[in-house]
Amino acid sequence: MLLEIENVTKSYPSADGPVPVLRGVSLSLAAGETLALTGDSGSGKSTLLHLAGGLDAPDGGRVLIEGEDIAHYDDRRRARLRRETVSVIFQQFNLIPSLDVGANIAFQARLAGRHDPAWARDLAERLGLAAHLSKYPEQLSGGQQQRVAIGRTLAARPRLVLADEPTGNLDEGTGAEVAAVMRDLVTATGAGLLVVTHSRSLADRMGRRMELRGGRAL
Amino acid sequence: MNADRLTRRRFLCAASITAMATRAPAQGFAGLGRASEDYAMPRRGEPLRFPADHGPHPRFRIEWWYLTANLRDADGTDYGIQWTLFRSALRPDDAGTGAWRSAQAWLGHAALTTPELHRADERFARGDIGQAGVTVTPFEARIDDWSLSGPDFDRLDLRAAGPDFGYELALTAEGPLVFHGDDGFSVKSAAGQASRYYSQPFYRAEGVLRLPDREIAVTGRAWLDREWSSQPLAADQEGWDWFSLHLEGGAKLMGFQLRSESGPAFTAATHIAPDGTTEAFPDGAFSAEPLATAEVAGRDIPVRWRIALPARGIDGTVEALNPDAWNGLAFPYWEGPVRLSGSHDGIGYLEMTGYE
Amino acid sequence: MIRAGLSALLSHWRRRPFQLLTLVLGLATATALWSGVQAINAEARASYDEAAAVLAGPALDTVERAAGGTIAVEEWLALRRAGWQVSPVIEGRLARHDLAILGIDPFTLPPDAIPGEDDGAAFDAGFLTGPGQILVAPETAQALRGADLPPRIEVEGIPPGTAYADIATARALLGQDGFARLFVTGPPSLGAPPLERIAPELERRAPRASGGDVARLTDSFHLNLTAFGLLSFAVGLFIVRGAIALAFEQRRPVFRTLRALGLPRATLAGLLAVELLVLALVSGALGVALGWLVASLLIPDVAATLRGLYGAEVSGSLSLRPSWWLSGVGIAVAGTALAGAASLWRIYRLPILAPAQPRAWARAGARAAWAQGAGAVACAGVALVAGFAFDGLVAGFVLLGAALLAAALALPLALDAGLAILSRSARGPRAEWFWADTRQQVPGLSLALMALLLALAANVGVGTMVSSFRLTFTGWLDQRLASELYVRAETPAQAAALTDWLGPRTREILPIQSTDTPLAGTPGEVFGVAARSPTYRDHWPLIAQAPEVWDRVAAGEAVLVNEQLARRDGLWPGAEIEIAGWPTEVAGVYSDYGNPLPQALVGLDRYRALFPESVALNFGIRVAPDETAALIRGMTDEVGIAREAISDQASIKAFSLGIFERTFTVTAALNVLTLSVAGLAILTSLLTVASMRQPQLAPVWALGLSRAALARLELLRAVLLAALTFVLALPVGLLLAWILLDVINVEAFGWRLPMRVFPLDWLALAGLSLVAAALAALLPAIRLRRMPPARLLQVFANER
Repeated sequence: MLLEIENVTKSYPSADGPVPVLRGVSLSLAAGETLALTGDSGSGKSTLLHLAGGLDAPDGGRVLIEGEDIAHYDDRRRARLRRETVSVIFQQFNLIPSLDVGANIAFQARLAGRHDPAWARDLAERLGLAAHLSKYPEQLSGGQQQRVAIGRTLAARPRLVLADEPTGNLDEGTGAEVAAVMRDLVTATGAGLLVVTHSRSLADRMGRRMELRGGRAL
Repeated sequence: MNADRLTRRRFLCAASITAMATRAPAQGFAGLGRASEDYAMPRRGEPLRFPADHGPHPRFRIEWWYLTANLRDADGTDYGIQWTLFRSALRPDDAGTGAWRSAQAWLGHAALTTPELHRADERFARGDIGQAGVTVTPFEARIDDWSLSGPDFDRLDLRAAGPDFGYELALTAEGPLVFHGDDGFSVKSAAGQASRYYSQPFYRAEGVLRLPDREIAVTGRAWLDREWSSQPLAADQEGWDWFSLHLEGGAKLMGFQLRSESGPAFTAATHIAPDGTTEAFPDGAFSAEPLATAEVAGRDIPVRWRIALPARGIDGTVEALNPDAWNGLAFPYWEGPVRLSGSHDGIGYLEMTGYE
Repeated sequence: MIRAGLSALLSHWRRRPFQLLTLVLGLATATALWSGVQAINAEARASYDEAAAVLAGPALDTVERAAGGTIAVEEWLALRRAGWQVSPVIEGRLARHDLAILGIDPFTLPPDAIPGEDDGAAFDAGFLTGPGQILVAPETAQALRGADLPPRIEVEGIPPGTAYADIATARALLGQDGFARLFVTGPPSLGAPPLERIAPELERRAPRASGGDVARLTDSFHLNLTAFGLLSFAVGLFIVRGAIALAFEQRRPVFRTLRALGLPRATLAGLLAVELLVLALVSGALGVALGWLVASLLIPDVAATLRGLYGAEVSGSLSLRPSWWLSGVGIAVAGTALAGAASLWRIYRLPILAPAQPRAWARAGARAAWAQGAGAVACAGVALVAGFAFDGLVAGFVLLGAALLAAALALPLALDAGLAILSRSARGPRAEWFWADTRQQVPGLSLALMALLLALAANVGVGTMVSSFRLTFTGWLDQRLASELYVRAETPAQAAALTDWLGPRTREILPIQSTDTPLAGTPGEVFGVAARSPTYRDHWPLIAQAPEVWDRVAAGEAVLVNEQLARRDGLWPGAEIEIAGWPTEVAGVYSDYGNPLPQALVGLDRYRALFPESVALNFGIRVAPDETAALIRGMTDEVGIAREAISDQASIKAFSLGIFERTFTVTAALNVLTLSVAGLAILTSLLTVASMRQPQLAPVWALGLSRAALARLELLRAVLLAALTFVLALPVGLLLAWILLDVINVEAFGWRLPMRVFPLDWLALAGLSLVAAALAALLPAIRLRRMPPARLLQVFANER
């Protein structure tokens, strides 16, 4: 199994003591599979995605990627996991402002040591970014920026792609377009895709769907 | 004999040379309370020798050449001038201790009085460097640009100037030298303090007075006093009023009173006949009594006096030509021309010190 | 409304006390350095002014010889006899007591021109008679205790190191009888002829400018200090600018909310201005107090330096002057206004609903960099014009300031170019990102880096100047102090006994005689030396010479002049000069560091003919070094020479070098302080930038760089930027040193110093600046290292 989450809990500190965000959630995702994670604001879906990506550590439970529990990884091994196995697409600020589009797309692949220029070029073509490779992120529209983020993710050939509201900042038409490209390309590489979204239309494009409410799976 | 007390006001000025030059704290009258034993003492009966005695006596502590003149222009306006050169010894032995280490200090005062204004200035100098001094033959008394000089004592040219006044006068003696006291030995106290003192009150004067806006041709009479001594004054004397008067008819009167903190004023006088014959008067014979004061330089100064010498039938009023004749110098005092009226008419000079 | 608004604004500082501390500390440090230097300057200037006021009298005109030179007694008397109110003055210096003598004539000088005399009774007839008396300040009296001088009378108000004496006393002490000048004490007598009719060679001059020669000489030292102070203050302002920008940036949501709730923008800006004013007043007062502390620690060294270098006396103590408090607090307020103006303006212009976007650093930075580049070119132009088209001290300092400013303004472009070149060597994504990101950081850090550049350049420049001066000076001392012993006899008789006694016991006895006399129109000194002696030929350092220079000097056909005189009046070999009425030729020029006066060297025979009244009391003695101790003992025991009258070469050198050590103390202290302020500027800039860097760092972190790796890179970046800045500062510093040595020194002192470079010092400085940068970057790096992932993740989720 690509991703297995078993009964994880997570709370964040606040002035009134710890606020529980996840109260024991489990899920699993196989390679080539797509899963939409939905729920209201504060339901814990983004937190769950962060745990799955090794961006943060759970308070309890297990997070297994390809059978290995990453819950107790130290900072360095988490960073390596993010470089080599998992890739995250955020709602915004995905890109490195000091690098141009081409460098952004290649960046993670090169960090992971598996940069394939032909594949990156191919991706840029397919994402419609070929004409923008030497531009800087701030010179692109929101939809273009998200395409760059998708391209960067796929260029690194991760086995697990996590996307947190990838279309949340885009208008409906652009969002649908970006969502389609993302799903098609991810499944084409054989990776697993976990998408956190509010958007019903985006959720409908995924193979499975799971809803969180109050930190628990429904 | 009381004319012998004529050490009068000039001690104060002379001693102030040292005071001025060195800022010594004043003790008694401007340091005159200091011991004087090392200086030469005047001796009775020692004859005066001329022209040598017209010159300086450096072994004596103080000495002066003191000239006043009452002058009149063609319009009948009265004027007065004063010219004084003081010598003060810094050491009793007159031995300088090197270049510029003279034992003598010199002080000059000059003033010009008109009915409307009074101008005065002063000069200081150390001796033996050519800035000030007195030589006998030919006679010259000098400090800076001020001088009294001529071939001899009977024929002198006088000049002085300040920033805003000046004068040049030719003086011609028309009578003899006059000796005060006992042939110029002028006893000043029962303790034997004395000075050498003579005068030439018979000068005819002629010349010009200068003010920034005009020159005035004048003629008149001048009176020169010569005195030297080493004697301090008494500590309780607070000031004096001194009169030198040219009476109509050619006689002269010199009279003064020494005001005392602790008792009545001490007075003295010398009557000088037109031929130069003198008669000295003892204490009490001469009297001077203020009739009116004027505020001058912030002080109340008597500018109208009643003077009397009954022994000579003299009783009159002395009035300042210009009440503002204040010498506002390093050592300030009042000195200016006066008019006499009453039993005798006349002109002259009045000096008043110690009006603080 | 105002109160509610104010409490909302001020609540920020409660939550961020560190930021408040940074702001106050930055402003206080800047003010402290500025006001500390000002305090030292003010104290020294007040001392000179006092000296000048006393020396020149209360603004009295003087009469001086138009062509320079002394005035004879006869000339003075002629003026007095013509009705001119002039009082003579003799001036000179007693080197052996380090005492300036002012001989006055109390008969013709008004009492108010004599210090301490307005209240009367400071001295008595003893001033004029016997050995005379000298009037000195109490501290001078202390220093002269036991000296063989006339009795001392202590008078407050006389400048330290100066003695008033009667003219007779001064003549005896100085062995001269001409008057340096005459004071005009009042208007001349009515009808007195004009000055030119009485004495055509004399002319009337307005009162000497305050401070006179001493001030002109020491001006350079003070300008150096002032430049330091200004620089430190500028560096400090970068800190304040950073702190204010940070405080405003972080409170933007508050500003927006307050505006949305109905607070007029003018009120908001007003409140913020008041807040800044209060901060400025508090920090300014704190800074002035700190500055006072710095100044009182440094001023004894400054006083010693000035005394040693220029003979200028400065009290070693500091008095608090109200003007100084005011100027300190004033400059703090002005600086805050300058630093906060941009931020305030931005707040004023902020649309209510403006989205809080992170600023596009790179593009705004590029525009700013080009504008600064244009400014740099303009400043460089000003520097070139000042350097080549104008002469004088002012032009020298304009050159200095413009060159420094040009370098600072050019820094962002230069750094960008340097980083662009370095980034070509980058291999791998991390390195590429590192270089790209570093280039992007330059605009945000440029103010702090400019501060660092200025601090480093000043360090290199002033350090090079002082070290060059020291090295040249010590080398010169080695040559010039050729005799093993220097002796001064008290009387001619003792001098004769001394030479008789020394004759068989030494290799050579070299009489040294000197007289103060005008040279080319200004007061100077003439020395008579045994020019035939190989001691002079072999050792005396000449910087320009005609053939057979020593033979001609020895024969009394020509003279040597010091570099100051040569440069000032163009008196190089072959030129003609008149010394005390003797027309002669300059055959050589020698360097004469540390001496403010023009000087000429004359063969002994000729000297004695020119100044027959001068007596030979000083002697240089050549003797085998191991015999000096015995010889000193012999001279004191058998000839009766006082031990103080004998100086050995070694102790003179030690004394001279001591002066430089103290100069070093002052410059080193200021260097360290300036550098620390620059370090503080970097720290606050980094802290300011740190909050804006999260969106830049978060994606890199999300893509697989650990926080530790990022923190290390941040540290490395700061060190790299500091290193690059240092590399750029080095030529700027050397340029600064060149300007100081070759332009300003020549203008101010009249001598040119060869520039020596001290690479080891640079290495130390480079190390110091890297450490400072690393220390400054350490805190932000540690904070990054410890930042919870949730904070980084917020970047992606929240609108900022």
